[in-house]
Amino acid sequence: MTQPSRLAARRTRTAWLFLLPSLLVLLVVAAYPLWRTFQLSFYQVSILQFPLQPEWVGLDNYRFLLADPYWWISLKNTAVFTVVSVALETVLGLGIALVVNANFTGRGLMRTAMLVPWAIPTVVSAQMWRWMYNDVYGVVNDLLMRAHLIAAPLAWLADPHLALPGIIAVDVWKTTPFMALLLLAGLQSIPRELYEASTVDGASPWQQFWQITLPLLKPALLVALIFRTLDALRVFDVIYVMTGTNPTTMSMSVYARQQLVDFGALGYGSAVSMGIFLIIALFAAAYLVSLRVELD
Amino acid sequence: MRWRYWTGRALFYLLLAVILVYLIFPFYWAVVSSLKSPQELFATPVLYWPEHPRWQNYVDVFTQQPFGHNLLNSTIVAGLTTLLSLFIGSTAAYALGRFRFLGKHTVFYAILSVSMFPQISVLGGMFVLIRSLGLYNTWWALVLAYMIFTLPFTIWVLTSFIREIPRELEEAAYVDGASPMQVLRIVLLPLMAPGLVTAGLLAFIQAWNEFLFALTFTIDNSARTVPVAIALFSGASQYELPWAQIMAASVIVTVPLIVLVLVFQQRLVSGLTAGAVKG
Repeated sequence: MTQPSRLAARRTRTAWLFLLPSLLVLLVVAAYPLWRTFQLSFYQVSILQFPLQPEWVGLDNYRFLLADPYWWISLKNTAVFTVVSVALETVLGLGIALVVNANFTGRGLMRTAMLVPWAIPTVVSAQMWRWMYNDVYGVVNDLLMRAHLIAAPLAWLADPHLALPGIIAVDVWKTTPFMALLLLAGLQSIPRELYEASTVDGASPWQQFWQITLPLLKPALLVALIFRTLDALRVFDVIYVMTGTNPTTMSMSVYARQQLVDFGALGYGSAVSMGIFLIIALFAAAYLVSLRVELD
Repeated sequence: MRWRYWTGRALFYLLLAVILVYLIFPFYWAVVSSLKSPQELFATPVLYWPEHPRWQNYVDVFTQQPFGHNLLNSTIVAGLTTLLSLFIGSTAAYALGRFRFLGKHTVFYAILSVSMFPQISVLGGMFVLIRSLGLYNTWWALVLAYMIFTLPFTIWVLTSFIREIPRELEEAAYVDGASPMQVLRIVLLPLMAPGLVTAGLLAFIQAWNEFLFALTFTIDNSARTVPVAIALFSGASQYELPWAQIMAASVIVTVPLIVLVLVFQQRLVSGLTAGAVKG
């Protein structure tokens, strides 16, 4: 063996040694539980009995899943939540990013304020908004009535037509600033000269936005979009805290946990979990393809 | 022309003010509500300022609820999770950031894809694992479960930091006969300090805020963390939620986070954009 290739072999061995602890941990906390959940989805088994007493049912859980109206309701709720919240967050986030990207005094303060909703734990923000949405003593109704936008107080979280929009508004509040920060990083990487040159050529700010800003922001925008979509598809905290397992707002994750823990159906709950995993895996694959990470 | 400039300016600052109020108001409202007495809390029309600030709510959180214990649980769980992730994540990041070897891309994508896992997809299997290890309702159950998202994230952030450190120092150390472990410990770790702070902070915040696992793997206050406690706060009767106490507890857990964010603002944003935009 030549000197360089022996060195390379030793470097390879060292690299794997350095990776070993992390890979072992991930094997235990990620690969194994995922495999176990997959396995359990072919059994009928109660979570209450330990050791488990699984009974093989083949594909029955999956057959039941496809015919389960609550699964489809939770899928629909999740889809509505994802599409509406991600769309609003992107548009509002882009708007805020454009505003904050301008030069003005107090820009530092603004950037700091943008981190506040992000820093608040989701459970806490859900409780804060639940109180604000209170039908009798809530500040949301009070403000809307003072502004003469509504005539009588609304029961935001009890009304089936208002509950999901109400929850989406909380998610938008919490996540838009984060989206704005991601997009701001993208905006700041666009060379100033492009704007200066096009101003000399007589382009209006409106034209500049469509011809320069948006095309150059596209990569950052795309990644932020997919990232947020993956996050929204697994939504649990905000919905669970605000409306519990109520079917009008229940997301896929809320439904899976209800089956697994509240109903103790470890087998069927696992099948629901695998359904969610499959849906999100498809989006994640699209994400990885669109990333093309450079390693070296 | 001058007139147009100043109207534009005024409208711009008005827009800024609207955004600022939108971002801050819910937190302001939590603070105000946490200082209200029951009469003020349940007054109509709503009071926008507590006439007689009632600090007692903050005391009640600790005397009428086991909130002190929950805070301790959260601190220990998030602290242990962060330390463990940094400890084993830094060697992995060194391997991924500096070494060339076959299978590196596969490993990298495998780790990245774990971070995109929906937590719910492992909930059943994780529950069985934790029960069979005898960890149910303990701190260790949560520390173990949290590694699924803190470890890949830490590795990712640290890898991107390591790639930006110049190689010359390391090469000099190798020439002097240092082992890879020595190089990592003596040369690289001090240079990585800002990266370790960023990754550690983000891991801590993620672990501190986690809800699904904490809700599922604990049953009582012996290991129950703050988010679960705040979600399950109950009052004298089932129908009467102690809103002032809930808001006081919310403020208590949020203030340290906001302070951390303010102090480490620049680093957090760069860490987040490294961890999120690029993966």
